[in-house]
Amino acid sequence: MGESDRLTKMAFTRTAGRLGLLSCHVCNRLTESAPEAHEGRCSRCGSHLRSRKPDSITRTWALLITGYLLFIPANLLPIMHTNSLFGVQSDTILSGVVYLWTSGSWYLAVIVFIASILIPSAKLVTLTVLVVSVQRCSTWDPLQRTNIYRVLESVGRWSMLDIFVVAMLVALVHLHTLTTIRAGAGAAAFGAVVVVTLLATMAFDPRLIWDPQRARHE
Amino acid sequence: MVTLPVIACHECDLLQRKIALPPRGRARCRRCRAILYRDYPPGSDRALACTIAALMLFLIANAYPIVGLEVQGNRQTASLYDAVRTLWVEGREDVALLVGFTAMLTPAIEISLLIYLLLPLKFNRVTENTVPILRFLQTVRPWSMTEVFVLGVLVAFVKLEHLARVEAGIALWAFGGLIPLLIIASASFDPEELWAKATG
Ligand SMILES: [Zn+2]
Ligand SMILES: [Zn+2]
Repeated sequence: MGESDRLTKMAFTRTAGRLGLLSCHVCNRLTESAPEAHEGRCSRCGSHLRSRKPDSITRTWALLITGYLLFIPANLLPIMHTNSLFGVQSDTILSGVVYLWTSGSWYLAVIVFIASILIPSAKLVTLTVLVVSVQRCSTWDPLQRTNIYRVLESVGRWSMLDIFVVAMLVALVHLHTLTTIRAGAGAAAFGAVVVVTLLATMAFDPRLIWDPQRARHE
Repeated sequence: MVTLPVIACHECDLLQRKIALPPRGRARCRRCRAILYRDYPPGSDRALACTIAALMLFLIANAYPIVGLEVQGNRQTASLYDAVRTLWVEGREDVALLVGFTAMLTPAIEISLLIYLLLPLKFNRVTENTVPILRFLQTVRPWSMTEVFVLGVLVAFVKLEHLARVEAGIALWAFGGLIPLLIIASASFDPEELWAKATG
């Protein structure tokens, strides 16, 4: 166990940010940055490097607030209108789920409920909790919080489900003499919620969860 | 210290030494369990083969109707393009753009850029602009939603069954086949091979 082993061991209990190294997201190479600089260029592929995602907290908050605001019209406005001999029927996301449930397709009702209502709302709330925990430099189980973030990252896309359902219904039940389905304003609002929450998840930097950890060990 | 083969975890920033992996093994972060890197079988053509197969299925999936509907002798079919066009024509340009972007444009970009990178690699050449293309691929990938689209089609399918007789079109099977191909293609694509050749 010589001096070099000790130095190596020290390096491996440290983070890149602490040692003034910038990690490249395109090619994984580490590049030494100028002292106190949080930006640089990758020595291997020339990509622009940043120590942490820039303004991660501010951008995540802005997108989260937009998401909360859009969530209201997304759920209240109809996502589609069905014109038939019996008049016009307008469906919101929730009434669509109820329709599936009462018409006997309860398994689909559950899928659509999870994708369109549970995932977006849980995502908004959980990401808010994560951002607040980072802002307060919380040291509460970082592994748990990272795992929560990973779940958010992987399930968010499934919220697009209802948009695709509406798109297919509109295309098929169209210019029909008896029944026509049109997309409603709620579909646009809901699509915006999905996009905004996806962007919010991308804006959040999971490394911020671990940063207070590093400070404690010093 | 930095001259050692060291890697920083993308999810918690912890520095770790790179070690040789068993075949097909993956290295996980000691602290947050994120996947740091994996081992790819050398000289594998699997990524290229899957991507070319995905391209063919993608073309079929877009050229043919996904679902057909029969009401009182009237037969009607819809392709993905029909869905986007109908939304656009009826004044829901925003939803049309979103569907076109996530179900059509981004998968098309993903597949064609992968072929553009992998085909020259097969002949030991490296494409110019490899760096911007890889970066662009990383940006585009989260927006490519083929698997969600297929589930959406199935839900629409069941909803319409209450209304009329519905038939699955060729494109639905093509879309179904596209999902595993895209997953295998991106999982067996080794960017390190590209970097080794691009930077010598
Ligand atoms: Zn790089
Ligand atoms: Zn980690």
